[in-house]
Amino acid sequence: MNGTDFIIGGIIKAFYLIVEMNPYIMSITGLSIKVSVTATVLATLTAIPLACALSFLQFRGRQALITLVNTGMGLPPVFVGLFVFVMLVPAGPLGFLNMIYTPKAMILAQYILVTPVITGISLAAIKAIPVPVIETVYTLGGTWPHAVMVSLNEARFGIITAALAGLGRALAEVGAILIVGGNIAYTGSIGGIGEGLSYTRTLTTAITSETSKGDISTAIALGLILISLNLSVNLLANFIQRRD
Amino acid sequence: MPISSRGGIELTETGLLGIELLKIENLGISFGKKAALKNLNLTIRRGEVFALIGPSGAGKTTLLRILNFFENPTSGRLIFDGVDCLESPDEIKNCRRRMSMLFQMPAVFNTSVFKNVAYGLSVRKVDKSTIQRKVRDALEIVGLCGKENQNARTLSGGEAQRMAFARAVVYNPDILLLDEPTANLDPANVAKIEDIIKQVNRAGTTIIIATHNIAQVRRIAHRAGILLDGELIEVNTTQAIFTKPKDARTSAFIKNEMVY
Repeated sequence: MNGTDFIIGGIIKAFYLIVEMNPYIMSITGLSIKVSVTATVLATLTAIPLACALSFLQFRGRQALITLVNTGMGLPPVFVGLFVFVMLVPAGPLGFLNMIYTPKAMILAQYILVTPVITGISLAAIKAIPVPVIETVYTLGGTWPHAVMVSLNEARFGIITAALAGLGRALAEVGAILIVGGNIAYTGSIGGIGEGLSYTRTLTTAITSETSKGDISTAIALGLILISLNLSVNLLANFIQRRD
Repeated sequence: MPISSRGGIELTETGLLGIELLKIENLGISFGKKAALKNLNLTIRRGEVFALIGPSGAGKTTLLRILNFFENPTSGRLIFDGVDCLESPDEIKNCRRRMSMLFQMPAVFNTSVFKNVAYGLSVRKVDKSTIQRKVRDALEIVGLCGKENQNARTLSGGEAQRMAFARAVVYNPDILLLDEPTANLDPANVAKIEDIIKQVNRAGTTIIIATHNIAQVRRIAHRAGILLDGELIEVNTTQAIFTKPKDARTSAFIKNEMVY
């Protein structure tokens, strides 16, 4: 089999695995979505108030916090994975939580990675609101909570785009969740492929393990699903930006 | 003897017959080492249209921004209806709620025309049926009936300024501050805005308008003050300013002899 046949054969097998909704593939996909969406929702709930505080409040350390957010946007995932791992291992400061090698640890790692991304983009969206718009709120008798609400409304498309960018990053992330999740699947093969249903195995970590085992068709199937998910997220983000 | 009457206010040789509404005392503001306004004293009377005229950079916008509490004066007091507004944040909020300001470029919220105009009423927690009625009336005054559901961002420049006007007057402010409200508009929209200003003034709102449009001042203002380099060099009735200016600089400005 030459290289092209190898890829085409992989794609065909991948197509069948997806169409028959193979339980192994589906459990991995389900966990990926669950972990990434949960981390993104939690990160968004943190990022929006943080972006508002950085936009509207003058406090000591504000500029340092903005620098931290900007730095966090390019945080290396493996470093975050290592940091969370050190915190959560039984001997670590948060070891008593028994979270290492669980989906919760993966959510925590992704939350740390994604929060600066959503904060940074939301902050840029809020800062892009023309100053007279905010001044109009005050001149019409509004107070700072009104100004915050108007800002969130004005920047709503930017904030939604920020959340989707965060989700995209979370779905594509591999380094951190591999370290803190361990890429674990339950024992027992399902349908002749894989090792059983996923416990902490996501699309990205499964691609690495399937490739290293030489099961390229399964890796391609997982890759196609991952690309489809990211494409859907990006199309949604583009649609929202066009509406704005 | 009254010499003219406009908007229900009588003008005499000595000035306006009216009750004092806003008193500016020894007002000054500096940005760094530059004094933008120097020791300003001015009394605005209830029901008048007062024009602040002067070249660009004279301090007109700065004064309006101080009056609407966007800038903190370095010195002086603002007495609004007998209350020292700068005394506390609560007084600032109370005074501001009785005012409204319209900027040179209308700032529109990214929502419907109705919600834009209703905003000032909503923050005052006015009931829904009153909001419906007042917004409809305000849109009728500015000629935007039928555009309630349109997104305000899709309005033309003139329409946006008229909508901003409706939004500024819908809650019947005591004072309306206008910063060059017709600077970017075509003559037809300028005429409409001037009509609206007269209408709003007739309904009882005191208006302070900053402009460098001399002809506009003659058309709409009862009194005017000439602001040059942060100093109020002359205050008088519009007629007196244009026919018998006391200061040579006033005379030069209104004859367009000053080069800026």
